Amino acid sequence: MNTMSPSISAEADMRSKGAAVPVPDGRRKDTLMEDKPEDTVIEEGKTVGKPFTADPKFKLRNVDVSYGADRAIKNISLDIGRNEVIAFIGPSGCGKSTFLRCLNRMNDSIDICRVKGSLELDEQNIYDSKRDVVELRARVGMVFQKPNPFPKSIYDNVAYGPRIHGLANRKSELDDIVENSLRKAGLWNEAKDRLDAMATGMSGGQQQRLCIARAIAVSPEVILMDEPCSALDPIATARVEELIAEMSESYTIVIVTHSMQQAARVSNRTAYFHMGHLVEVNETDTVFTSPQHPLTESYITGRFG
Amino acid sequence: MPNNKDQVYGDHISQRFNNELLELKTRFLEMGGLVEAQIGSAVQALTANDSVLAEQVSAGDRGVDQMEIGIDEEAILIIARRQPAARDLRLVIAVIKMVVDLERVGDEAKKIAKLALKLEAEGQTSLGYVEVRHIGSHVQAMLHDSLDAFARLDAEQALRVMKEDKRVDEEYQAAARTLLTHMMEDTRNISRCMSIMWVLRALERVGDHACNIAENVIFMVKGEDVRHTPMEETERVVGR
Repeated sequence: MNTMSPSISAEADMRSKGAAVPVPDGRRKDTLMEDKPEDTVIEEGKTVGKPFTADPKFKLRNVDVSYGADRAIKNISLDIGRNEVIAFIGPSGCGKSTFLRCLNRMNDSIDICRVKGSLELDEQNIYDSKRDVVELRARVGMVFQKPNPFPKSIYDNVAYGPRIHGLANRKSELDDIVENSLRKAGLWNEAKDRLDAMATGMSGGQQQRLCIARAIAVSPEVILMDEPCSALDPIATARVEELIAEMSESYTIVIVTHSMQQAARVSNRTAYFHMGHLVEVNETDTVFTSPQHPLTESYITGRFG
Repeated sequence: MPNNKDQVYGDHISQRFNNELLELKTRFLEMGGLVEAQIGSAVQALTANDSVLAEQVSAGDRGVDQMEIGIDEEAILIIARRQPAARDLRLVIAVIKMVVDLERVGDEAKKIAKLALKLEAEGQTSLGYVEVRHIGSHVQAMLHDSLDAFARLDAEQALRVMKEDKRVDEEYQAAARTLLTHMMEDTRNISRCMSIMWVLRALERVGDHACNIAENVIFMVKGEDVRHTPMEETERVVGR
């Protein structure tokens, strides 16, 4: 029986053509830029997909960020919707964390950092010189890559924000805020009997959920998460992801993640960054099944990054 | 995707992932080649009254079944190990679906081989063979072209396969009318004509399976599901 049909020889033909551009295994990252498809020229400010939404929480237009002479963000325009979970993905150094940190002016502390363009939260300029940055950061909370609890008790970690913002008048009110925040962070059952214990004695996953509770305690509208699970084990990661899903009912969440599977699991929309450009923004389902831009496709399928 | 003809699965950072996807593709095409040969041999066995060949086809179906199991296993392992996304995901999912079509085509070949043995035992006349040969070569070409479209990721060719299906249906209707005439002319032809009808029915199904494969090829290349979609809409998707 002849099993070597012409369709197989066509396949072999196709593969021999593909062999003209071999992709060596284990090539170094810094040589990647010399190869395709990474050297695809991206037109500045041109984003494929759906970067804009009706009635956005954040309205960001023509944002440019530079560290001295280096442009880290190149003319990015994006809307972030209310109560949506949006994931920022992209290879290291693509600007996703820089862009995230613009949303609550975390870049202010870097002297050489310059932010240009229009960044609005609820139609108010984030970078207005008269704006109270502390108030802004209370509205736009942040959770970092590594859990960073204060070297205080579990209770004091959560109560810290409400205290300095004067959110509670009585001890009982503060107790309520602490309990509610810990409950929302899924930590109450584990922490209720040891509220006076040092937070630094908790496991990594518990510490990260404590940091989320601490962020929630000041009733923010937005929570920024910069790789919140990269230091956590799979079970703690699953807990935090569950939490993100629950929190999305009441908060707008922006999450930077290196785990594409995590972006696929937790977000409604996904934004793909590449070398300071915002290449594609789409519904997460679209991005992970049929991305529109070849760079997005190459990245999420593990062809570079 | 700028140029679908250049689209390959061998450019991941993980070389082992490349190998797994290319292996999946190659094994699918091998199964396709085997199934094509089964259908070709079944039609040949019937029209040449070759009972030895018919027996071979009938026995050969086990090989097709084994390949189906092997390919499914491999696809499942790729999903478990690699969590493929985008075009890789579409390749794996499409292969899982198309393998079912190939296996069914294998079953149709076996069915035709069994009918060939029955017809051969009932005596040697060539009544209905013209129709079998005609529709047989038509659907074999469709199957071949659909596999070719898969190998080359050619959505236009897949679309051409889908358009052929209407013609096969017309030919099938015409052949059925001819056979009906034979049956009315002489009732002793009825048993034989019914067997031929079953053969034609099996061949017509092969055309349908080729279409399913073509639909999956369009899904792989264009990322859009064109099943149960009007032809104009499918044309628009392919033309994009």
